[in-house]
Amino acid sequence: MKKISVTVNGTTHQSEIEPRLLLVHYLRDVLGLTGTHVGCETSLCGACTVMVDGQAVKSCTVLAAQADGSTVTTIEGLAAGGTLHPVQQAFWEHHGLQCGYCTPGMIMATAQILQRNPDPSEEEIRHGIEGNLCRCTGYQHIVQAVQCAAKKMKSQPAPANR
Amino acid sequence: MIPANFDYITVKSLDEALSLLAKHKDDAKILAGGHSLLPAMKLRLMQPKVLIDIGKIKELSYIKEEGGQIHIGAMTTHFQIETSALLQKSCPLLPETATQLGDMQVRNKGTIGGSVAHADPAADWPAAVIAVGAEIVVIGPKGERAIKADDFFVDMLTTSLQPGDLVKEVRFAAPKGKTGQAYMKVRHPASGFAVVGIAVTLTVDGGKCSASGIGVTGVSSKPYRAKSVEAALKGSALDAKSLAAAASHASDGISDAISELYATGEYRKHLAEIYTRRALETAAGRAK
Repeated sequence: MKKISVTVNGTTHQSEIEPRLLLVHYLRDVLGLTGTHVGCETSLCGACTVMVDGQAVKSCTVLAAQADGSTVTTIEGLAAGGTLHPVQQAFWEHHGLQCGYCTPGMIMATAQILQRNPDPSEEEIRHGIEGNLCRCTGYQHIVQAVQCAAKKMKSQPAPANR
Repeated sequence: MIPANFDYITVKSLDEALSLLAKHKDDAKILAGGHSLLPAMKLRLMQPKVLIDIGKIKELSYIKEEGGQIHIGAMTTHFQIETSALLQKSCPLLPETATQLGDMQVRNKGTIGGSVAHADPAADWPAAVIAVGAEIVVIGPKGERAIKADDFFVDMLTTSLQPGDLVKEVRFAAPKGKTGQAYMKVRHPASGFAVVGIAVTLTVDGGKCSASGIGVTGVSSKPYRAKSVEAALKGSALDAKSLAAAASHASDGISDAISELYATGEYRKHLAEIYTRRALETAAGRAK
């Protein structure tokens, strides 16, 4: 067993875990944060995307032990005080989802794309979400949601720590 | 999918990693970004008893140019290479390769050192490091040594790394003169890996090709340098006809082309020729 200390959505957790525990299972099964989804389990679909120290990663391909000492943001940590993050709001407004399974990962990936490039072209958006699979929408509404989120974030920047 | 059990040790220095490697020998694996190793462990294709995590060794993450040589630390992520201003200016082939590798999340976490050490036959980096004539700097029980990329990749998932070795950096001479580079790949639609990947660097002098480096991945069980293409390019005028003629040699001497459900060996060799021609045309256009 290994002791880890991970700050998730602003709360620091001390846990004793098996070294082979994947970060996604740590978040879901140990901390009860089931917003992060388990999809393909093979680092392809992106449903498990979370931020670790500000970098979007696929949490099915990261050991919880590797996150020791890190700061993690999951979909649950994106909204600030009951107000949706602009990316969440944009996905809502543009219906950037159907079944919703890919949505938490898609939103976390979008947050990273816009953090690095506040004004992405459609091509840059599609390249950015390449690691997130959606089997419902055909991506069109997702791309529109990202474009809308970019506009929103220009006029109302997200809190600095998100 | 859950990996088999293992002991997990985080190290803070290279020395610590080396002494643990010496102690655990073949039972141990080095964990860098984990984006080749962990998927293999989840499929139980690999079941190391000990994982030595070098992720906290910050001094293995760098991109620098010193005395005409470019050095890239083993723990440098694909994203860092993709966005490196130094590389975009002095060797754009590497950022162009990085941006086509995996996806954003994979590029954030995966490392160049981990990728070359894993030696997946469909990985992107091997083509690029062969094309630029890189050396893989390895540190082991007897100290440091440099292995030419051409000799580093031995077979599928097999390198010339010896037990107790770990990859420290990738280094190569910064391209000089009028150069043009390109990386082009046929991306597997499901995995994103290279069905075929062609990395090209051309040096042009007086309108003619004075030197070239062509690395090919995906076609065979190990990446290779397309020597006949390089020989055909030497002194050529880089017009469409001579580029096409050179590209026709892209899979010369390859008898073990990978055949699987998605692409047969013959198809891969065909793609290698087409994509070599396209990469040559693009690189030649950029050299002007």
